[in-house]
Amino acid sequence: VATRDDQAALAGLARASAAPRARPWSGLSQSLDRHAPAVFIMPAVLVVLAMSIFPLLVSLYLSLSRFKFVKGGFELRFIGLLNYKKLLLGSEQFHFLGTFGALSAAGWAVLGLAAVGLCALLVRHARGAGATLPGLFWRALACAGAFLLILLIVLTNSGDGHPGSLVVTLFYVGIGVLAQYCIGLGLALLCAQNLPGRKFFRVVFFLPMMITPVGIAYTFRMLSDTTKGPFTPIWQYFGWTETSWLVDPWGARLAVMIGDAWQWIPFMFVVLLVAIESQPQDQREAALVDGASRWQVFRYVTWPAILPVSATVLLIRVIEAFKIIDLPNVLTNGGPGIASESMTLHAFVAWRALDLGGSAAVAYMLLFVVVFVCMSMLALVRPAESEARP
Amino acid sequence: MSAPGQRAGRSWLLRPRSPLDPAPLSMAVSYALLGFWAFVVLFPLYWVLITSFKQPIDVNDGPFYLMWVDFQPSLHAWKYIFVDLAHDTFRPYLNTVIVALISSALALALGSMAGYGLARMHYRPRLGNIALFAGCVALAVAAIVGAGLPWSIAVAAALALFLLLAQTVGRRFRRALGNDDIAFWMISQRILPPVAVVIPVYVLFQQIGLRDSLAALIITYVAVNLPIVVWLMRDSFQAIPLELEESAMIDGASRFTIFRKVVLPIARPSLASAFLLMLILTWNEYLLALMLSTADTQTLPLLIAAQNATRGPQWWYMSVLILIMIVPVVAMAVALERYIRRGMLIGAVKG
Repeated sequence: VATRDDQAALAGLARASAAPRARPWSGLSQSLDRHAPAVFIMPAVLVVLAMSIFPLLVSLYLSLSRFKFVKGGFELRFIGLLNYKKLLLGSEQFHFLGTFGALSAAGWAVLGLAAVGLCALLVRHARGAGATLPGLFWRALACAGAFLLILLIVLTNSGDGHPGSLVVTLFYVGIGVLAQYCIGLGLALLCAQNLPGRKFFRVVFFLPMMITPVGIAYTFRMLSDTTKGPFTPIWQYFGWTETSWLVDPWGARLAVMIGDAWQWIPFMFVVLLVAIESQPQDQREAALVDGASRWQVFRYVTWPAILPVSATVLLIRVIEAFKIIDLPNVLTNGGPGIASESMTLHAFVAWRALDLGGSAAVAYMLLFVVVFVCMSMLALVRPAESEARP
Repeated sequence: MSAPGQRAGRSWLLRPRSPLDPAPLSMAVSYALLGFWAFVVLFPLYWVLITSFKQPIDVNDGPFYLMWVDFQPSLHAWKYIFVDLAHDTFRPYLNTVIVALISSALALALGSMAGYGLARMHYRPRLGNIALFAGCVALAVAAIVGAGLPWSIAVAAALALFLLLAQTVGRRFRRALGNDDIAFWMISQRILPPVAVVIPVYVLFQQIGLRDSLAALIITYVAVNLPIVVWLMRDSFQAIPLELEESAMIDGASRFTIFRKVVLPIARPSLASAFLLMLILTWNEYLLALMLSTADTQTLPLLIAAQNATRGPQWWYMSVLILIMIVPVVAMAVALERYIRRGMLIGAVKG
């Protein structure tokens, strides 16, 4: 392949240098050539500016105003932070944050553990070399944010609390992506072995990523049906045919997570498999010949080598997972009630109800949370990467 | 190293022939696990396939698993979708094909140009100018939504103001960004949740008379997917040896000629990967299509999502629709798996 590419390149080179110099448009093409750098990059920059930065600013303004249809158009009235106040403290709090329950002993224990763990992280960083005051400040901020999110999760899941769309989205992202990573890593390790026929498994495992989430949602609705679905004999054996996955809050959330995992485990699998296979084989072989167990080889040879790639795929999946809407919308319709509603779906529901300001406020809250989580992950990833590459 | 006689019977299962190969027992376990996952992946697809051949009664009377054994396959659902509803099926199909192809091609064209620029040329946008630009945009937005100025006037005024300021004040700024910053800014657009930008985009298209047209969807998809293409193509252009371009430049070829006749032919495999990735992303996209298109411009994911009929979901029709939607991408994935995998890897491993 390389030689053919080179030949193609040489042929192209010949054509390029043989190109006639004097053309009728040479004045224009010369001035284009002088501004070549701008001509190359400007179209892309302008498209991104026009379609993301400009709308983002408009969205910010929308989230600070009330939108109303009037005769022959619409009317926008600036109302300050009222939309956000409604989400965090007012009538939409149950929908966005959730309903708070009384803290149980286990809840207190989780909170205490989280506080101790986060403080320990901070102290470890402050004592370590290379700790700077601004670095410490941002880390403290990240820890405070993480504690608030944990507090929210614990409060809405203890007693008679119900999680809102923010907490549900955090579940989809946190539990879902972690499960996808673990299963994807396991499959990649299995497939990296010297097994005949692994090519077949690779192609098969790759497939679900190609399939539209809407199709997956309906397929899993068929599969999870307890009276007509293919697993009916299993449900009958356990006597669960009277209930349905989709009327139970946790069942519905689990169904969404399973559908999402089915689609995205292949991504983890493909990337991690290549990472495992591209590490130098001689280290691994030397360790095996010296009598190291397979677990030791994984822990001390493979794992450090794939750590940077792991961090990157986790970051990519977290970013994408926050955008989830198709599965909850089609598979469970956000229900029962609002139990499986993600933030994007919440914003869409508000938009459909013509509450454009509320919708933009939810979208902006999502943006804040995503940026916060990504920044914290990046801060975590950087030291891990520098450790992995001494 | 050989085991004592009485333990040999057990240990041949556990001991590999060479230290590098897995032991027979662990191989069996591996195959069992891999086979189980292959079942997990393939069974839902199999179930959709056989459901599309079932009569309603075969679905409602409980699960039947095997064609010709448990139930007699029937083509009624296929006939209904392809003959009775032909118009309603083919228009979304055609829409999806048009939108996916054109937006992927456009994103590829713009993205590979920007990627080449970022790989080979030096950009030093001054920080001050960026701030000026942001200020002008904010002014324009405030003028449009706040003061109710017509958008065309506001945009033109803001642009003129920015050019004026950049030519005068802008030359004094010192601190500038580099290529890596621009590339990072591009890829960080992926963090942006689409729902945060889709409402203004919707209003924007309404204002310029493009609402409910395929062009609106195409433009949006180009903008959403452009960062990925830029990132992928920049990476593959950087891997091309500089000598070729240098010798072409010495021969007097312009930047554009070099790009078209030297660089693009070499980067063909990466172009294919990026194009396939874009095709799949746009083919399956749901949220933006949901908010930006209505009846006439409906795409396939919307058509499928809309099947939740009042009489309860009709699984047999839905299965046919899901199948006709996923068969092209699955076929493509099996045939061109190498390219698609490559596209994902560059993004993920180097990201």
